[in-house]
Amino acid sequence: MTAGAMWRGGGILALLAAAAAFPLVFTNPLVTSYGVYAMIFAAAAGAWNIFSGFSGYISLGNAVFFGSGAYAVGIAARDWHMSGLAVFGLLPLAAAVAAVISVPFGLVALRVRRHTFIVVTIAVFFIFQLMAYNFPFTGGSSGLSAPFLNWRAATYNNPFYYIALAAAAGTTALAWLIRRSRFGLQLRAIRDDEDRARGLGVRPMPVKLAAFTVSAIITGLAGGLWFYFITQVQPPSAFDPLFDLSIAVMAFLGGVGTVPGPVLGALLIEPGQLYLTQRFTNGYLSEILLGVLFLLVILLLPRGIIPAGSEKITAWRARRDRRAPAGAAGRDAGAGTAAGPPGATAQAAAAGPAERRQPPPPGGGAGAAGGRAP
Amino acid sequence: MAREIYQAIADGILAGGVYALMAAGLTLIFGVLDIINIAQGILVVLGAYLSYALLTRLHIGLFAGLLITVPAMFVLGVAIQWAFIRPLRGSERTSMTLLVTFAVALIAEGTLYEIFGPDYVQLRSAYVTRSVHLPGFYLPDIYLLGFAMAVLLVLALYVLLYRTRFGRSVRATMQDETAARLIGINVNRVAALTFGIGVAVTAAGGMVYGATGGGFNPNSGYDLISRLLAIIILGGLGSIGGALAASVFMLTLESVVDIWSPSWAIAVFYAALIVVLVVRPAGFLGRKGVRAQ
Repeated sequence: MTAGAMWRGGGILALLAAAAAFPLVFTNPLVTSYGVYAMIFAAAAGAWNIFSGFSGYISLGNAVFFGSGAYAVGIAARDWHMSGLAVFGLLPLAAAVAAVISVPFGLVALRVRRHTFIVVTIAVFFIFQLMAYNFPFTGGSSGLSAPFLNWRAATYNNPFYYIALAAAAGTTALAWLIRRSRFGLQLRAIRDDEDRARGLGVRPMPVKLAAFTVSAIITGLAGGLWFYFITQVQPPSAFDPLFDLSIAVMAFLGGVGTVPGPVLGALLIEPGQLYLTQRFTNGYLSEILLGVLFLLVILLLPRGIIPAGSEKITAWRARRDRRAPAGAAGRDAGAGTAAGPPGATAQAAAAGPAERRQPPPPGGGAGAAGGRAP
Repeated sequence: MAREIYQAIADGILAGGVYALMAAGLTLIFGVLDIINIAQGILVVLGAYLSYALLTRLHIGLFAGLLITVPAMFVLGVAIQWAFIRPLRGSERTSMTLLVTFAVALIAEGTLYEIFGPDYVQLRSAYVTRSVHLPGFYLPDIYLLGFAMAVLLVLALYVLLYRTRFGRSVRATMQDETAARLIGINVNRVAALTFGIGVAVTAAGGMVYGATGGGFNPNSGYDLISRLLAIIILGGLGSIGGALAASVFMLTLESVVDIWSPSWAIAVFYAALIVVLVVRPAGFLGRKGVRAQ
């Protein structure tokens, strides 16, 4: 293990320890509730990034999975008369329902690209909201209530916080694994140029659909947890267009396509959003301020904090190394690509490292075919 | 039953004309700037509220009020394009412009809530309540007037695009922005004016929308934009003729399904979009290039 990897591992452990200690240090239930929402959104934004950030297919329909997860556990807990801690055993059901929905959704939506894809996701989103209003088992416009949890008020938020933290950390770890895998390279090759990726031997549909389903599973899980925490759900709150916008802006603020970016974005935006809603209770002014905040994020930091920051660090290292001419150039180049500016082409990467890391399968995937291509 | 269906078809065609007007603006903006203006829905609602304010505060009639609201919305559109769309460049432009217009929609929605509150309002006037009785049909005047105005405005848009020098620059920019730049077209100016025109027609569309539907409030923008997006995708992105055909088709379909199940009528709208896209991904009159990445 190199010194850099050890530093990085130590840093991650320290961050996790700080996150775990958060509800023990800040015991005010209002503050810990902000923490719960921030972690739920970190998981949801990370899930959005795994599909949309890596593949370039911007989805504005992830609320379909969020809401379906919430409704799945809500309906199951109601019909099976579950209560107490046992309801958390239903969370895998939320993930499963979201996964089942994502397959036909993906098969239809992923046939089209760019704007058309975005609009199809919006259309599916509205169909689901309508279904939540009109189906006999969803409780119509009054929605569903979560089972009552007989916990002490002072520490009520803590179990939610730790489940959400585990979900957010797991999502980030999964994003990291996917990003450095062959699968991740194929996704990013599709983002850069789908037709060319196909020419290099990537089969776009299964790759895109797999990422879409992974994203759906995590979002469904987050939706189920969110429902237990907020204790009630109505069609417009479960299938909320603002949810879709929020997770996308979170990913953009942190850095689309980077691993830590969406988490960072969620931890910055969600508490801010909650504070605005709390501060201006009539709800309208907070909406205006939220819109202004989103505009500022997109116009002032179009590439996100992580890519902009890592570029600054790379530039600083390059300046330092020019002053002290040692052979550290290779390490810096590595650091630059690891941070992954979103504009960088993954096409070359999809051809290169993947082939070196693992033997090409018969029939030739991206790595194998790409290695032979000029 | 047959009579109900005929009436529903007539209603659908008339309402389709109004939606065509709003969708034409959206698809024009897409064609020239290659962006989807999510704020189009709330801008339609804003147009309706402007007409409402002129009507109730200053007692200016709905059609006369358009002489004020259309130029105002044009200026607003140019301003939005100049301030928020123009600065965006680079590979993520598609998604960024989407988020920017979404944020603009949020601000507009919040502002309308602040000023007018969440109550549903409707534009009322003499010709809103009058109607024409034909044998077997019942056609409200406002629908006929709105339809006539929509047809006129779409014709005017057509003349502007196909019979003027400015229209030639617009179409050249739609075909190939770089080439248009090379032959001396001021692409930035074309983009700003097109965005302004696309938003200006929403003032007219919003007025008729506010007078014909079952009332509106600031939240109506979401429902509108999702319908408009379905229409322009179905018609083929960037095709004004396609937007017209798709508006009439979708609204007629919705109006007919509404006889049996009012609550599911709107779902048919989106279901139709998905079915058409599975069969024909480029839409009714879509250009092939639009799908390419």
